[in-house]
This record gives sequence, structure tokens and C-alpha cells, in this order.
Amino acid sequence: MAVLRDELIGLRSMDDMIKARQLVRDCAIFQGLSLVDQTKIVTAASELARNTLVHGGGGEMRLQALNDGPRRGVKVIFADRGPGIPNIELAMKDGYTTRGGLGLGLSGSKRLVNEFSIESQSGKGTTVSIVRWK
Amino acid sequence: MERIPILKMGPYLLVTIQVDMHDRVAMTLQDELTQRIVSERARGVLLDISSVDVVDSFIGRMIGNIASMSRVLDAETVVVGMRPAVAITLVELGLALPSIRTALNVDAGMTLLKSARKMAGNGRPAR
Ligand SMILES: Nc1ncnc2c1ncn2[C@@H]1O[C@H](COP(=O)(O)OP(=O)(O)OP(=O)(O)O)[C@@H](O)[C@H]1O
Ligand SMILES: [Mg+2]
Repeated sequence: MAVLRDELIGLRSMDDMIKARQLVRDCAIFQGLSLVDQTKIVTAASELARNTLVHGGGGEMRLQALNDGPRRGVKVIFADRGPGIPNIELAMKDGYTTRGGLGLGLSGSKRLVNEFSIESQSGKGTTVSIVRWK
Repeated sequence: MERIPILKMGPYLLVTIQVDMHDRVAMTLQDELTQRIVSERARGVLLDISSVDVVDSFIGRMIGNIASMSRVLDAETVVVGMRPAVAITLVELGLALPSIRTALNVDAGMTLLKSARKMAGNGRPAR
């Protein structure tokens, strides 16, 4: 699998989050995703970037354009060294929130992408990775 | 801090949401809009999101909040110009916003608000 583009940006502020959304959009357009698929991955990225900021205390986003044979896709990885998620299964449920949100960020963004993985360790941080294929 | 203008159009208020709104700007908008509904005795709110290409759960929640707050203040909210890709994504995200009225453009939204009032005036339910 070839990685055509590989970018890393910090997620420390709302401005970074907005920049992150634009970068994901650019990459999705570059990879030829449909408008609906672009919107899905940008929306998922927006949810996860906000989680990195709000729950993780900031972190970074890595963005990759993937070519797997004829398949083209966009991969986005969010990583923080925040408090971690003690119970991932619970956090992934629709409506589960510890901060008065809607609790749709994790469960909803999973529905918007083709691949979703999450790793988290209490006290060490959280990494969420998503891929949307064309 | 940037602000989102709230325009008065007869008995209605028109809010045009910009692309890439900061979270805090969204919170301020909710507060200001509530105050303006009361001070202008507004009958309805037109929320134009035609230039918005991403609605995540935060902005979605803000739209839902505006609709419920204005309803409590006896003003109806119509969301105008939602892009099809945004609508599809919102449903998949899990935010269907069932109680939100939508219209294709500001004119259609205005017509909807007027007819909702007329229905209410005739003693039939407005919503
Ligand atoms: N990066 C993270 N670090 C620590 N905890 C997290 C992180 N991401 C999510 N969580 C935990 O998982 C819960 C669920 O996250 P999710 O994004 O689904 O909902 P939310 O952020 O609370 O609300 P919403 O995203 O709908 O506004 C959060 O309330 C939080 O407790
Ligand atoms: Mg969230």
C-alpha cells in the first residue's frame, strides 16, 4: 500500500481544528472521493478532532492519502496523551457522554467511515484511526 | 470575537451561518438569538445554512437548541438550504433532528413560516 501524502498537524486550539477539517477535505478531494464521502470523512474528523481537544487536552492529527492497488482512500489518525478512556465499549455507545455532549462523536464517526479503530490506556492517552475509501 | 449577524425581516429573524464557525461563536449566537426573539417579538427564525459544508454534532446540537428555545418563545424555526451531502451525513451520524422544519431557500422558508402562522390563526395546529 502506497502512502501518497503524509501530513502531521497539532491540535491545540479551535483554529487548529478548523484547519484540520480543511486539510481532510483537501485530501479527500485529491483522492477523488464523492461529495457525500468527503462530507462523511470531514464530519468524522471534526468529531474526533474535537474529542482530542476537549477530552484529550490537545494532541495531533496525522493525515494520509492511501493507494492500495486501484483503491484510493483517506486515513486520519488522532492521538493525544490525555486521560484515556477507561471503558471503550461504553464510550462507543450512542448517547454516552461524560461532558454533557450528545455522545455521538465516537459512535457516529464510526458509522461515517469504512475503517475505525481506537486504542486507549487510562492515564496514557487515546489514538483513534479512521479510513474512508473511494 | 467575530459575530454572526441577526437580520430582522418583518416579523422574522434571518441568521446566515458562516462556514467554519468557532464553537464559542455558536454559543454566543444562541444567547443573542434568544434575546432578539424576545426584544423584536419575532414570530419565526430562518436559519440559513446553505454555505455550511460540515455539520458535526456540535453544530447540529446548536441548531436543535435554537429550534427548541425559539419554540418556547413562540417562534418557529426553519432551517434553510441544508446541502444534501450534509443531510445524508447528519442522519448517519445519528442526528436526525426530527423536530426541525426545513426549506430549500429563504423564500420557501418564509412561505412556510407564514402558512404555519395562518394555520395557527385558523385554530388548527401550527406544527
Ligand atoms: N480523546 C479522548 N480522551 C479521553 N476521553 C475521550 C476521548 N474521546 C472520547 N472520550 C470519552 O468518550 C465519551 C464519548 O465520546 P463522544 O465523542 O462519543 O461523545 P461526547 O464528546 O461526550 O459528545 P459529542 O461528541 O456528541 O458532543 C466522552 O464523553 C469522553 O468521556
Ligand atoms: Mg465528542
